[in-house]
Amino acid sequence: MNPNPRIIAFCCCNCAYAAADLAGSLRVAYDPEITIVAIPCTGAVEPAVVLSAFEEGADGVFVAGCLDGECRYKSGNLRARERVQTLRAALEHIGLEAERLEMYQVSAAMAARFGEIAGEFAARIRGLPPSPVRQRGKSGVSGVDRG
Amino acid sequence: MIVAEAKSFAEVAEMVSSFPRLLVAACAGCTAICGVGGVRQAEELAAALRIHFRIRGVALETEVAGVTRQCEPEFIEELAAAVGRTGAVLSLGCGVGVQFLADRFPQVPVFPALNTRFVGGLAAPGTWEERCRLCGDCILHLTGGICIRARCAKGILNGPCGGSQDSRCEVGDDVPCAWSLVWERLSALGRFELLAQIRRPRNWANGNGGPRSSGGASG
Amino acid sequence: MNAASNFARLLRDGQFVVTAEVGPPKGAAADQLLEKAAYLKGYVDAVNITDCQTAVVRLSSIAAAVHLRSAGLEPVVQMTGRDRNRIAIQSDLLGAWSLGIRNLLCLTGDHQRFGNHPEARGVFDLDSIQMVAMVRRMGEPGEFLCGEPIRGERPRFFVGAVENPFAGSLEMRVLRLEKKIAAGAEFIQTQCVFDLERFRRFMVLVRGRGLHRRCRILAGVTPLKSVRMARFMRDQVAGITIPDEILARLESAADLAAAGVSLCVEQIRELREIEGVAGVHIMAIAWEKIVPEIVKRAGLYPRPALPV
Repeated sequence: MNPNPRIIAFCCCNCAYAAADLAGSLRVAYDPEITIVAIPCTGAVEPAVVLSAFEEGADGVFVAGCLDGECRYKSGNLRARERVQTLRAALEHIGLEAERLEMYQVSAAMAARFGEIAGEFAARIRGLPPSPVRQRGKSGVSGVDRG
Repeated sequence: MIVAEAKSFAEVAEMVSSFPRLLVAACAGCTAICGVGGVRQAEELAAALRIHFRIRGVALETEVAGVTRQCEPEFIEELAAAVGRTGAVLSLGCGVGVQFLADRFPQVPVFPALNTRFVGGLAAPGTWEERCRLCGDCILHLTGGICIRARCAKGILNGPCGGSQDSRCEVGDDVPCAWSLVWERLSALGRFELLAQIRRPRNWANGNGGPRSSGGASG
Repeated sequence: MNAASNFARLLRDGQFVVTAEVGPPKGAAADQLLEKAAYLKGYVDAVNITDCQTAVVRLSSIAAAVHLRSAGLEPVVQMTGRDRNRIAIQSDLLGAWSLGIRNLLCLTGDHQRFGNHPEARGVFDLDSIQMVAMVRRMGEPGEFLCGEPIRGERPRFFVGAVENPFAGSLEMRVLRLEKKIAAGAEFIQTQCVFDLERFRRFMVLVRGRGLHRRCRILAGVTPLKSVRMARFMRDQVAGITIPDEILARLESAADLAAAGVSLCVEQIRELREIEGVAGVHIMAIAWEKIVPEIVKRAGLYPRPALPV
């Protein structure tokens, strides 16, 4: 339904970002539609930031943090997981499918797993229609002042 | 402090739906501490509303601004310029904040983004419990420091009623019987004479005659 | 004093009294009430009429009492503080007295959350103890709660209250009973007794404080019609406990209704032996028809004539 989706991945630099890096070194291919944003900890991903990704036209967003018990800041990954749960419910109310947002947990060594996650999520987003935000955006509705 | 909760997104979206520009006004007081009324929540709500209306083909412009307390005119004044630009306000303050904004800016509509619920304290992280009904006639010294107005489902002064079972209230097993708590506390303090006294009917006049105020004109 | 209350006269005469309970209909016709009156007449000394029990709207207690009185029964009007403030209660009581009602039972009332209007505002301006004190003062010295005198005829109700010996610690319950009596309660009707052992312990404390001499205590009983009803009452009705052996007896019974009646009759016989129990209050929920049989089998029929 959406062959060229725009996907934003907020990846913790202590695990998922390193895993993505390793995947590159090991020549593990992962989906090219994914734009990775490195962050110090998934606990620092504010809901407003996720929403702004959708507002600017992302078809899907995933947050990838450390495995349980391995957060460098103790529980940032758990907080992120809770926030993602809450945000998924909020997306439905706003008018976007909850499936467009997901939380994954990996370690820095899990390069292959990162490739799987990326492929899995990209396939899911390709199965959904393009973001209605972007469609409307193209139709010429004026931009947003985010004062 | 004042405990509030976010209204459903659908209700907020419906009330602001005909306004192209909106000031989303946060409050750094009680509602921010409850995690529903601070600048962060205002930013989230503003973004959510913009996406919601964009999907429906409607452009919404928002501004987000926060003040120290919406319940004081001096702080509200800081919003005047933004109110002038947007022409409509969505307040993340408590009911008092919404009213103070509406009083200060009578020419623009002011909408409540929250439901203001009760006066309470932090029982567990993220969980607030009602502890005071603001009755203006405190008898906590007679009840072992347990407010039966706020914590007894019937607010009775000579309890417990017959619906108390295993120290639980008849309205639900998750609600402790306030009068059982009073009994335990006063028994532990050895103050049985307080339990035996009959309390006269309450004087409701204190909270029933229109808005209350404190201090004199000079205060 | 309460010369006009026949119920009070029987209690003062030392008779072991029998009262029953009638729930008014959920409609505006009196037929059902009069039908119930017909089969209760002669078997009970007074009949309580509930006041929108479990917060479900029903025909008014005072109106129902007038119907029952016209059918020759002695009504006890129940009045809760859930739906009326002090103004409405006093007004309704003046009206009730003017219509010939002489007995009143004061209750705080079940919380509205359980009823058919859970969104209603609960009033609870007065609790049962405050209501008892107010009603007694309306009779003597004859003043409203605010202190203003009542003009002309005063309502001199025979005033009762309820007690639930099964809600919370016994000491706490006895203390509250004592407060009700201190407030002016002249008779007490208890929640249904299934746990006789606990009730006996309750009565030991009551006698220890001499409360049975200051007030007439009627023990509540309920015939259990089915195992399902017993389980429901045990699990869902606030303030009722049913011991396991009673459930076991019902479960093994061939004829459930007969077993329920036998159980109730035995309970009445046992309650009658407890010092300080002045009578029984039979709450045959939606089974009022069975009351005459219970009264007869408990050896309480015929009912005594009024003392001269």
